Amino acid sequence: MVPISWYLALSAILFTIGVVGVFVKQNAISIFMCIELMLNAVNLTLVTFSSFFNEVSGQLFVFIVMTVAAAEAAVGLAIIISIFRNRESINVDEANILKL
Amino acid sequence: MMKTELLAPIIFMPLIGAAILGIWGKHWSEKLIGAIACSTVGISTVLSFYLVFAKLLVLPADGRLLTQHLFTWIKAGSFRADFAFMVDPLSAVMLLFVTFVAFWIHVFATGYMHGEDGYYRFFAYLNLFMFMMLTLILADNFLLMFVGWEGVGLCSYLLIGYYFLKDSANDAAKKAFIVNRIGDAGFVLGVMLIFLHAGTISFIDKTVDGASVDSSFARLGKLFLNADPLWVVGTMTAIALLLFVGAIGKSAQIPLFVWLPDAMAGPTPVSALIHAATMVTAGVYMVARCSPIYTKSPTAMFVVAVVGGATALLAATIAIAQWDIKKVLAYSTVSQLGYMFLACGAGGFSAGIFHVFTHSFFKALLFLGAGSIIIGMHHEQDLRFMGGLKKYMPKTFWTVAMGWLAISGVPLFSGFFSKDDILYRTFSSSSLPSPWGAVLWVAGVATAGLTAIYMTRLVVLAFFGDERYRPHHEEGAHEVKAAHGHEESEATEDRAAYAHRLIPRESPANMWIPLVVLAVLSVAGGWIGISEGLTGGRIPNAFEHFLEPAIAKPVAISGELTVSAEHAESHTLELALTGLSAIIGIGGILIGWSWFKGRPLWQPPSLLENKYWVDEVYNRLFVEPIKSISTEFFWKVFDVKIIDGAVNGAAWLVSGMGDVLRLIQVGFTRVYAALILAGALVVIGYFLIGLNR
Repeated sequence: MVPISWYLALSAILFTIGVVGVFVKQNAISIFMCIELMLNAVNLTLVTFSSFFNEVSGQLFVFIVMTVAAAEAAVGLAIIISIFRNRESINVDEANILKL
Repeated sequence: MMKTELLAPIIFMPLIGAAILGIWGKHWSEKLIGAIACSTVGISTVLSFYLVFAKLLVLPADGRLLTQHLFTWIKAGSFRADFAFMVDPLSAVMLLFVTFVAFWIHVFATGYMHGEDGYYRFFAYLNLFMFMMLTLILADNFLLMFVGWEGVGLCSYLLIGYYFLKDSANDAAKKAFIVNRIGDAGFVLGVMLIFLHAGTISFIDKTVDGASVDSSFARLGKLFLNADPLWVVGTMTAIALLLFVGAIGKSAQIPLFVWLPDAMAGPTPVSALIHAATMVTAGVYMVARCSPIYTKSPTAMFVVAVVGGATALLAATIAIAQWDIKKVLAYSTVSQLGYMFLACGAGGFSAGIFHVFTHSFFKALLFLGAGSIIIGMHHEQDLRFMGGLKKYMPKTFWTVAMGWLAISGVPLFSGFFSKDDILYRTFSSSSLPSPWGAVLWVAGVATAGLTAIYMTRLVVLAFFGDERYRPHHEEGAHEVKAAHGHEESEATEDRAAYAHRLIPRESPANMWIPLVVLAVLSVAGGWIGISEGLTGGRIPNAFEHFLEPAIAKPVAISGELTVSAEHAESHTLELALTGLSAIIGIGGILIGWSWFKGRPLWQPPSLLENKYWVDEVYNRLFVEPIKSISTEFFWKVFDVKIIDGAVNGAAWLVSGMGDVLRLIQVGFTRVYAALILAGALVVIGYFLIGLNR
């Protein structure tokens, strides 16, 4: 049987890739995908522990995360489209109007 | 102890009147306002008389106490203050003359205040004052008494400052208020000390809601049983002296008497009611109420007597040199209040209260008479511009003459009996250390002579001699004014201009009827308390016997005297002293008459005319230093640097932190995300390190 630490290590690697991706990528779509990657890394942790401890609530929580991720994807893509319409670009370094 | 339902209506009627007038009275006619103000006090008066004569006097002599418990006001731990009222012989005397005199002064005021701005305001304040005064004298514990005590102070302030457009009136009002606060601080401390040692502040033993409340006097008395006597006497002296500080403030004694003469800036009925007949005697009432405490401390009694005697003499000498008719009466009031304290200090609490009683009639009469003169003379208060008014104002003259004879101590007039009683008590006092009784008696007799002289001066200057308000007398008056300084010369020219059309006139009926009523009582008011010595012990002193249960007997300092031998001797002694004081009174009148008849404008010594420069000394000693400390330190250093500095510093700190924090607001989403990550790493790192430890 594959030891639990392997799953957790994989999850940590995926999460770190996501984090780094968020910081280094300029394309909003890429950043978005990195965020999904981070979410799924966490999902993997949840499923791992759920299976390891024979506890079903971890798996249930994964469904909640997936649902939220789906909703977030809808909203996030809408925002990206909106930015593109205004700026003709989805480079996040050009979207700096948060600073007044 | 009996319950009654009448005390609340007596006390609250004037409050209702004050509320009605204060809220809706602004646009009402003078008649309606006067009717409401007089009727509320009138109802209180009638109820008071009914309560005392039909309910209190029918009780056995040693059980004359009626109470009414409205609600428990404050209850915290062992501290308890009830909103409850009581009437015993002492408060009954106060209740009767306060309501009665106040009613007639209200009537007088409807005439005096005619045509003044804020007529409704005046009567609202006056009614409010009555409510507070009645609370003061009918309260059944120290705290409620203090409510009335402060309330009358407030009303006094409001009424002194009634002409609030005049700076002098505002200054006088503030002075009265501040000087009274000094005394009140002592009063509050005294009450705290009483609670500390007695554990209660009630005047009487009573049972409320099943819980029994002890009288603080009884509790303090019990201290004597099981404590070091020296310590107990020290405690009693501290309490008594602190309470006396309160009395000094309210009753205008040395060193806090300076506010009362200035308080004459208020309308004359106010001077008559508050600053002569009722409020200023509250201090005497309080001392008499606390007689069980005072009698246990010879030191405190001595201080009271000396302060009283000194004030009586000092104020009488100042009164002789004043030109303002109301100032003369004001210093006279201070002097008479000194008499009352002299009596209390000598152990004659009932004699003191008796003088409060008679004084309220003749001094209210004299003030109202002065008010009548002032109105008749078209608001002239300076005695130098009066004279010969007897012809024009006969009713005022004859009534004021009664007050004049009464205060001078002419036999058979009320002032004679009370003043005589005080002098005799002082001379024969067993509680004063040995030569002091005689010394204070001499001061009292000298005051009696001076009183007769200055009152004669007032009457002569106002009612007899030349009509000095006429134009051809202006020159003589000019000289007087010139000696006084130039600042008044404009006023003198104004006077000359209108003196041509000035004809003194007698006051209307609503002003002279109160004068007549008070004149009758100034004559007859003393007959209920004729000292036993004067009748050879055949007729008991009804007034003293009535008060007896409510007042503690002083303890002689030097051993016990055989009562019967002392009694017989004292009657002869008292007759002799009485004869002497009658001679002094009449002699004073004759001296005053022969001196001032010829030279009404005699210039008194400037030391007296300037009131011993007490105000100036106080200014230099207290007012100026406090002012300069306030400006130089509290304003320019403490307020500007520290208070404002703290406020501005807080604002500076916030804006400075903002300046720093805004540096991280670069606007790039990824920077914010990086900050979140850094924060998360810090938190995780903190816990990792914490867990490893």
